[in-house]
Amino acid sequence: MTLHTLSVAELSAGLARREFSSVELTQHFLDRISSSNPALNAYITITAERALADARAADQAIAGGTAGVLTGIPVAQKDIFCTDGIRTTCGSRMLDNFISPYDATVVERLSAAGTVLLGKTNMDEFAMGSSNETSWYGPVRNPWDLAKVPGGSSGGSAAVVAARLAPVATGTDTGGSIRQPAALVGISGIKPTYGRVSRYGMIAFASSLDQAGIMAPSAEDCALFLQAIAGFDPRDSTSVDRPVPQYSAELNSPIKGLRIGILKEFFERGLEGPTGVLVNAVLDQYRALGAELVEVSCPNLPLSVPTYYVVAPAECSSNLSRFDGVRFGHRCENPRDLMDLYKRSRGEGFGSEVKRRIMTGAYVLSAGYYDAYYLKAQKVRSLITADFKAAFSQVDLLIGPTSPSPAFDLGAKVDDPITMYLNDIYTIGANLAGLPAMSIPCGFDGHLPVGVQLIGPHFGESRLLSAAHAYQSVTDFHRRIPAAYV
Amino acid sequence: MSLTRSQVESIAHLARLDISEAELPVYADSLSKILSFVEQLSAADTSSVEPMAHPLDGESQRLRADEVSETDRHEKYQANAPAVTDALYLVPRVIE
Repeated sequence: MTLHTLSVAELSAGLARREFSSVELTQHFLDRISSSNPALNAYITITAERALADARAADQAIAGGTAGVLTGIPVAQKDIFCTDGIRTTCGSRMLDNFISPYDATVVERLSAAGTVLLGKTNMDEFAMGSSNETSWYGPVRNPWDLAKVPGGSSGGSAAVVAARLAPVATGTDTGGSIRQPAALVGISGIKPTYGRVSRYGMIAFASSLDQAGIMAPSAEDCALFLQAIAGFDPRDSTSVDRPVPQYSAELNSPIKGLRIGILKEFFERGLEGPTGVLVNAVLDQYRALGAELVEVSCPNLPLSVPTYYVVAPAECSSNLSRFDGVRFGHRCENPRDLMDLYKRSRGEGFGSEVKRRIMTGAYVLSAGYYDAYYLKAQKVRSLITADFKAAFSQVDLLIGPTSPSPAFDLGAKVDDPITMYLNDIYTIGANLAGLPAMSIPCGFDGHLPVGVQLIGPHFGESRLLSAAHAYQSVTDFHRRIPAAYV
Repeated sequence: MSLTRSQVESIAHLARLDISEAELPVYADSLSKILSFVEQLSAADTSSVEPMAHPLDGESQRLRADEVSETDRHEKYQANAPAVTDALYLVPRVIE
């Protein structure tokens, strides 16, 4: 059977025509997970029983004529989304024993849409990392080359989609955690506008940046799933009450005359290698499709990474103060007193990268340093956001690379945090400004996939998806599957 | 920017993190590198710039009416707690 090579739309049509049942489809993916997950380490928890129960319910809905377009389609959830009655670890020893008492809105909406939960995917601890090597559950391996990282923090979601151990997965993106791994494993990934998708039940990292999104082979698949999770939720105070467009219906919007801005700052530094050649070829492809490409500049964009590494750790130090060893999560053995309980529970429960970020945040927020670091960074953030606003007064979309290089070796950057942080040099800007952005595959450097990034104005998801779809209608990089997983 | 060992100890205390003696110099080194790296922000002229309050223009955090909207589910929530008695979270004695 080749069910794993079908798109979401093809799976949906096949289920509707009774060519296969959701139980058969689900069992097919569970079998693939059993044989391939041990080497990839991409799922932390496999929910086989739940998946088959979901699938039986989906088959009944299909038989009863009450099915929707996603009914019976299997999906993997990043282990940052709370799942009622199912362990939710966030990749951390701190939450190794945490059984969520409720569903995240993203989980609830995908269940309501009739999808099938295959399991919870591995990730960098508390979504802090760009290689999936900070997970308490061990690194995820890249399906294109098991010696390489899959990117992070949504590395498990990226790997399960690339190896077709799930048709689609959810991800979250605080500084590039959907787009960078999507690029490194050769799939599509969309980070929507800040506030577009509810974060209720999504474990918080940096609250002014975090956003949930979708990872799948194609923009068409992303559109179908984004439709199901986007929209207002009163339980998230940052959720925006604004109508959700019909993403799939708008996928074929004409590209002729679309103005795409070539982000000068992204092309002038360190983009001479194969990644630069491939990304430049995408510009030619868009010209051939009838888009108009113009150079634009965001002069403050090179300050994105230092801005992020003040703002994100500051917010993380505040958000992660909830893990106190008292109400849930890891507690140390035999605490001497309350202070010892806090310190040892947190010292043991968090890994070294999380501790480094908490301490960076505690320092930049501490008395006497707040103005010099946090306030300064939020001012530079205003400058970066204003640059993007000016750019979007001239163009409809922006284009650039997703990641400076293809997947690197496991262990290559773990000892140097700054080198690791620079993986996100092209992705962080969209988070700082709250913009929607996506990465799509655009070729190969040797045997490793490379991604190109599109950035849109606030709530410009439809245009992002249709531009990506236009490119994917004339290329087949998004259909490539690593040889071991065909 | 270079942090001393005792500065790292004090940050770790503020953050309620137990850091071993052996780890202190490692964190002193990496935190110093991060602070040096972010120092390039000081070159940006922000004299007439307001700090960013929200990623979306004109949006602010919504408020809700101060009304009870949740039912009591403490048993389910406390199933995850390390130590509970009579619906109370237990910690080491704090008042002698």
